Amino acid sequence: MGIPLRQHPKWRELRLTWRLLRANPTAMAGLVILVAMGAMALAAGWLAPYDPLRLSLAERLQPPGAAHWFGTDEMGRDILTRVMYGARISLRIGFVVILIAGGIGSVLGAVAGFYGGRVDNLIMRVMDVILSFPSLVLAMALAAAMGPSLNNAILAVAFVMIPKFARMVRGEALAVKELPFIAAARVSGARNRWIIAHHILPNCLNSVIVLGTLTLGDTILIAASLSFIGLGAQPPTPEWGAMISVGRKFLMDQWWYATFPGLFILTTVTGFNILGDALRDILDPRIRR
Amino acid sequence: MGTLLSIENLSVEFSNYQGTSSVLNHVSLSVNRGEILGLVGESGCGKSVTARCILRLIPAPPGKITSGSIRFAGEDLLSVSPKRMGRVRGREISMIFQEPMSSLNPVFTVGNQMREVVRRHRGLARREADALCTGMLHQVQMPDPEEVLKKYPHELSGGMRQRVMIAMELVCDPQLLIADEPTTALDVTVQGQVLAILTGLSRRRGISVLLITHDMGVVAQVCDRVAVMYAGQVVELAAVEELFARPLHPYTQGLIAAIPDVDPPADDAPGGGARPLFSIPGTVPTLIDRPPGCRFHPRCTVGGPGCARDVPGLCWVTPEHAVACHSSRGGTA
Repeated sequence: MGIPLRQHPKWRELRLTWRLLRANPTAMAGLVILVAMGAMALAAGWLAPYDPLRLSLAERLQPPGAAHWFGTDEMGRDILTRVMYGARISLRIGFVVILIAGGIGSVLGAVAGFYGGRVDNLIMRVMDVILSFPSLVLAMALAAAMGPSLNNAILAVAFVMIPKFARMVRGEALAVKELPFIAAARVSGARNRWIIAHHILPNCLNSVIVLGTLTLGDTILIAASLSFIGLGAQPPTPEWGAMISVGRKFLMDQWWYATFPGLFILTTVTGFNILGDALRDILDPRIRR
Repeated sequence: MGTLLSIENLSVEFSNYQGTSSVLNHVSLSVNRGEILGLVGESGCGKSVTARCILRLIPAPPGKITSGSIRFAGEDLLSVSPKRMGRVRGREISMIFQEPMSSLNPVFTVGNQMREVVRRHRGLARREADALCTGMLHQVQMPDPEEVLKKYPHELSGGMRQRVMIAMELVCDPQLLIADEPTTALDVTVQGQVLAILTGLSRRRGISVLLITHDMGVVAQVCDRVAVMYAGQVVELAAVEELFARPLHPYTQGLIAAIPDVDPPADDAPGGGARPLFSIPGTVPTLIDRPPGCRFHPRCTVGGPGCARDVPGLCWVTPEHAVACHSSRGGTA
């Protein structure tokens, strides 16, 4: 066999990543969990046994059984169905938040690190101000100020996540901008903006992916917390945090109501965390080469 | 053969919390069209700073050009707009660095980076750019150029990377190439090869080269003229044969004497036997406390009392040979 030489290089890199990922059992566990969650979210309309919003007061608060594997809630809605649809919402929140925060944060960090001096000070001090609040508290305040809705919750969480990315990318940019290939690019006539977009940011991408994966868990948790206190998804939306919030009232007698959404949050967040950890190792060039 | 680049009276200062130190002091030199000018001197004497000044790559602050002019093809590079400078860099003047290992961006393929340069300056379509890059890699004797374009930098050896850099910097046909110790980081076995490619290509295309090195052997082999720098000043400037035959500055004489003999005269010949390797006593003065007068005088073997007092200026001993030394001014070495 030997090494296939005639492949496109990007392909080759991806295959290497995949090979390293396969050799790492924890990473695979995380990946399997997330793929299962993702598949469940995508196929919810097709897999779920019931309609997530269908009321059936005759079947209210049924314990888990053959008809309702995870039981039913106080309106007789099937909890398994609602948990499956809830995966859609939670994962969507997670990805949208990471895209917004990662995008804005990385650009801000790269600009700060690359230009240094006043620009750096201005951007990073603003980031410090945001970081000085506990992220959940700040997200709550913002979500409350903008009014309770799912989209506002997404914006609020994205806002508090920006400094994490900005800080990390700034650090990387400080190191990358001193490398000779930046000078080489400048010598061949590249402008600052081009250098940031084509040399600094791509070299920070590995770390952004790792941090993004790790932060996704946090994001889902914060978003669920916002829904739990009524600032995120509004009932009857089947959001995990909102479900726990209502289910809390029934926790003493109907344990299944809050438990199953909680287990799903736990599993998803764990999945993202262990995958993120493993990716950090796998994408580390020192291990790779 | 006209002058392509002329640097006159260039002085550069760097300041930090310890104070201001002048790194270049009234440096003057010129590069003619199509010639290879060697710039030699010990580490820290200002060779690289001079090169970076030409491309305006001195970080300011802490660096500051305090006087002088750099004229390139009739244009004063110290006063052109940043936009114009962007056109000059890469298109008209290119530079090759010492570290081939990290001069390429590790996250992109070689082809990606070469195309970037071609497209920026020539505005070619992807396919034409590819053809140009392949041709250029072929000229630097890269086997299988199409494959090399698809590789990432870490898949290439040091010599290959430096050849890629040469190809990349010459692909837009610049008029001047600045090579900052292009072979220092390479294996001795590939140094000669890379150097031969670099100088051969430049000669064939009529590109002037400013070759920075501290290897007198390299200078003797490839350069037309040589400028010797010491502690931020040009101390001697001459054609290469002239310099090796009649070095006027004691520092140049020391540098030439420090070249090891590969083939010493036989032991039984008169005055034969391997001689111990010569070295110039002392070290280059630090930037902060440079000696007054001639900066070389504490290490000099011929100097008189005036050397510690007056700074010698660069004087033309013959129309082709200039030296900055009180003792050698009469042309007697």
